[in-house]
This record gives sequence, C-alpha cells and structure tokens, in this order.
Amino acid sequence: MNPATPFVLSRRRVLAGVGAGLVAPGVFAVPLPALAQQAAPGAVIDITRARTDPIPVAIPDLAGGGDGARVGRDIARVIQANLRNSGLFRPVDRQAFIQTAESAAQTPRFQDWRVIGAQALVTGRVVEQGGQLRVEFRLWDVLPETQLQGTAFTAPAANWRRIAHLISDVIYERLLGEKGYFDTRVVYVSETGPRDRRTRRLAIMDQDGENHRFLTDGRFGALSPRFHPSAERIAFMSYQDRGQPRVVLFDIGSGSQQVLGNFPGMTLSPRFSPDGRSVVLSASRGGDANIFVVDLASRRERQLTSGGGLDVSPCFSPDGSQIVFNSDRGGDQQLYVMDAGGGGVRRISFGRGRYATPVWSPRGDLIAFTRFGGGGFAIGVMRPDGSGERILSEGWAMEGPTFAPNGRVLMFYRESRATDSRGGGYSARIASIDIAGFNERPVPTPTDATDPAWSPLLS
Amino acid sequence: MKTRLFGAVAAVALLAACSNTDQNAGATGAGGAGTIRPGSQEDLVANVGDRVLFAFDSSAIRPDQRPVLERQAGWMGRFPDVRVQVEGHTDERGTREYNLALGQRRANAARDVLVAGGVNGARIQTISYGKDRPAALGSDEASWAQNRRAVTVVQ
Repeated sequence: MNPATPFVLSRRRVLAGVGAGLVAPGVFAVPLPALAQQAAPGAVIDITRARTDPIPVAIPDLAGGGDGARVGRDIARVIQANLRNSGLFRPVDRQAFIQTAESAAQTPRFQDWRVIGAQALVTGRVVEQGGQLRVEFRLWDVLPETQLQGTAFTAPAANWRRIAHLISDVIYERLLGEKGYFDTRVVYVSETGPRDRRTRRLAIMDQDGENHRFLTDGRFGALSPRFHPSAERIAFMSYQDRGQPRVVLFDIGSGSQQVLGNFPGMTLSPRFSPDGRSVVLSASRGGDANIFVVDLASRRERQLTSGGGLDVSPCFSPDGSQIVFNSDRGGDQQLYVMDAGGGGVRRISFGRGRYATPVWSPRGDLIAFTRFGGGGFAIGVMRPDGSGERILSEGWAMEGPTFAPNGRVLMFYRESRATDSRGGGYSARIASIDIAGFNERPVPTPTDATDPAWSPLLS
Repeated sequence: MKTRLFGAVAAVALLAACSNTDQNAGATGAGGAGTIRPGSQEDLVANVGDRVLFAFDSSAIRPDQRPVLERQAGWMGRFPDVRVQVEGHTDERGTREYNLALGQRRANAARDVLVAGGVNGARIQTISYGKDRPAALGSDEASWAQNRRAVTVVQ
C-alpha cells in the first residue's frame, strides 16, 4: 500500500450482541495524521523467517481516562493474545516497559522500546463518550523510528472486542505482508449429554472463543455447519424435517431457518460456492451417495457424480472452478478432484490409509484433509494435484479441518479415547494449528465441540 | 476399593447385557409373551431380533446376520400394519460425514433383504445416524462391533 494513500477501512457492519440479530451502527475507521516519518510500503518482516523467529512487539495498554482506560487495557490484552496465539509474534513482557502508555501514546521514545527488544510498538488512546468509543491506534517500526499505520476507529462501546480484532489484523498485515484472520468467527457443533444421546446445537463464537452464543436449541441434531461467503448465513445438516437428514440454511442475523431442496433421501455435507449462489452437497439415493449442486435462486439441482460409491464432503476451490470430494469408489476412501461441472474426475490421494473431509485453502494452494488407518487419525495438507503431502497433527481421533481466511491456520477437532465401557474419558475439543504444523493450541469452548467452520473476514 | 470393584463389575454386567440383546434376541422363545404386545418393538427385540451387525467399513449383509432379517421379514408378514424404520449406524473409526453415508448404505442393505423377503418397500423407511448414536460407548473392538449395525424400529 502506498503510504500516501489513506488507509481507510470501509464501513464495517458489526453484529449486535445476543439474540436480536440486528446490525449495530458501524465501526468507522479513518486515518490518523502521522506523528513521525512513515515507513516505505511493504512488509517489514519476511513471514517465512518469522515462522521460526516470532516478531517481538510491545503492546502497552491504550491510554485513556475513566472508562477509556479500562477499555484501553482490555483492547491491548485482546491484541496481545491474538498476536501471541498466532505463533508469529512475541509480545514483550510488560514488566520491562520503560515508557508509560500515556507518554508513548503522545510520542514514543524509541530508545526505551529498542532497549527492551521490541521491534514493533503499538500505541493508542481510547475515549469513551455516551456509549461510543473512539480508539486511536498507531503501529510503529521501532528501529527506523517510523509510523507504519495510524487509524482511528469509532464504534458502540459494546463492539470493543471487534475493534481489538481489527487492530490485530492491521498489525498482522503491516508486519507480515498478508491479511490476518482475527476479525472472524467460528461456528461449530456444541455437544452435551451422554454419547449415545447427545444434544447437538450450533454455536458461534469469535475466533478466540469469546462472544459465545448458541444458534439452535438442540431439539434437532445439527451437524457440519459451513459459512456463506458473506459470513451472515450458515448451511448445515439437521434431522429436523420429520427426522430426515436435511440441509438447512440458517440466517445468523434473524435466526430464520429453511430446508434446502426436496431430495428424497438423505442430504448431507453442504458447502456454499465461493460466489455464494449455490450449495454443493451429497445426497443419498438408494445405496450410493452422489454430489449435487443446488442453485439457491432457482433451487434447481444438478447431479455432478454418479455410479457406485459414497461421494461425500465436497468443497469448491476458491475460484469456483473445481470441487474436491471424498469417495470410496475405488474401494476405500480417497480424495478426488473434478471440474465444477462434474467432469474430469481424478484421484489425488495416494498415501497410506483412508482420506476424508477435504477442504480447499482460501489461498488455493493447499487442500487439508483427515487421514486415518493403522489405529490413528491425522490432519494433513497436500497440494491440489496431490503432491507435497504433509501431516500436521496426529492422534487417537481427529477430523474436520477448516481454514482461516488467510489460509495460514487450521482448526479441527480432536476426540479422546473412551477409557471404559460407559464412554468415560471421552471428550471432543477444537484445536488450531498453523499449516507448517507448529503452534497447536486448544480453542476454548464451554462444552464438547465438533465440526468447526471458520468464517471469512467479517469486513 | 470397594466402590472401584463394584464399578468394574457393573461395567461387565452392562456389556454382557448389550451382547445378549445383539446375539440372543431371536433365540429367546415367546416366554415373555404375557407382557409383550405382539407386533410391538418389544416383541421384535425379544422374539425376532431387531438388529444386524456389519464388518468394518462394509455394508454387505453378513451370512450369520441374514437370518435375523429373514425372521424380521416373516414377522412383518404376520403384522401387516406394522411400519418400520431401519436405522443405519457405524463405529467411531471414521469421519462423521462418510459414516452418515455408510450408515445409510447399511440401512438400505438391510431393507433390501426385508423387501426380498416379501415386505412391501413402502412399509420401510431408512435413516442414518452414522457414528453419532453408538449403542456401546467403549473405544474398543467389542464396542465397535456392536455399533456397526442396522436396527429395525417399529414406527
């Protein structure tokens, strides 16, 4: 980005808190005048180097008076957690800070930050007035003493976390040269009760586990949710149509639900196309399961695969031209790619074991999958032509990878082995890991959690 | 110590009860007929057998399981008003979506035997729960063998 061009974030729509589903007044962002010389465009740090060497960044509390001080502290803590959890940044220990947050927000004394090893510095100020926040934020490159970014956000006070995530994404992008993934949400299946009588409810939360809420009441089971590219709708599978497995479209804002299509058998594994206009799914008629695409406007369906075998878990390539899916047509489960129109099917997985749940990276460069056999499960990635397979994590049971919108991080879920005949010791939890296989971390959820799906960036 | 021992004994008893249901359901004569309504689910479980088991990742009806379905077909012939749902299930050693499809294929395979045995297909619904409603809750081969099943449920 040309530094002379104001970094204007477009009008951002922020969902109101619980239940009502109304869209709150927006978060507005405007550029701040520079306090010091601005840096040349481009990434400061090469991301490949950063992988083994996290960037030391100092994040003092954002300054402010009264409520502003509290919000400033909270925002700084969220930014710090986001950056640390990415594995690509190392927040500098606050105990070491020399300059105060208030003073740094006016004019950073770069020597004070350099001497404690900070390579980047985040400063800011929060003013809260009448339930509205104005958050000024600046990102500094400590060694050349330049301002990389200056932005002021205004938003209802309830949206302070959203501002913290937006700031985190700006820091990530300015320092690493590619988009972040912090201003995102995750929908998943919350599971409670004994394993033979589980209650499965859709739940949604911010990517860091905060702002958790349930979307469905658990009367009908809910499985395999996926986001619409707008991040405002979800498709999932549910037993709600007279107990038959159906694909349901769910509007997050209004909470309204709608069964998709009029398939005679079971429909499962729905995913939206990248343009949001259709849903690809698997439908079981007779003994086999085949891939269909359903146009959302006309509700017309088109069958893409046919013949023997169970074809499930389809996923579009980000450009919409191809679909990867899972099939046992060759004997056991493997991954296949076909043209979005249904032709040109070719197998891409050839390693040991069975392959399932393929998901295409939003960057287009990788397909993540579940592999199992020989007593264990694994999550891995391969290129779309099947080359370069790498296993990222292994264990007793795990499945269901989903990519962050920048394609750098995956979430999936892990299950532990039951240790007795009553299912004791069993648990299901979401974890995140980067695509290099480092930095696996649990994602906090209030209950057992399966089938995570990561939203696109919300703005 | 005492409680731990009791727990272990109880677990064994539970397992034994499960396998009885699976293996002997058809072999128990009409002994309980006094309390069981003919044509009910209890009748099916006690006197016919309500389920068949499958090999790993297979929907082929095993030769040792086929007689259960043949008895079910005969039983449905005696109770022409009975409608059933055949529920397909899998063990936990696979992915959720594939197992949903596999469970459906098992339910369909079981239904096909019922239809071949003379039952009108309109009386039979099929559904799959994949690996999500296990009958046995352990993470071991004995549990998985019980969970790879198609269960006939009177509607």
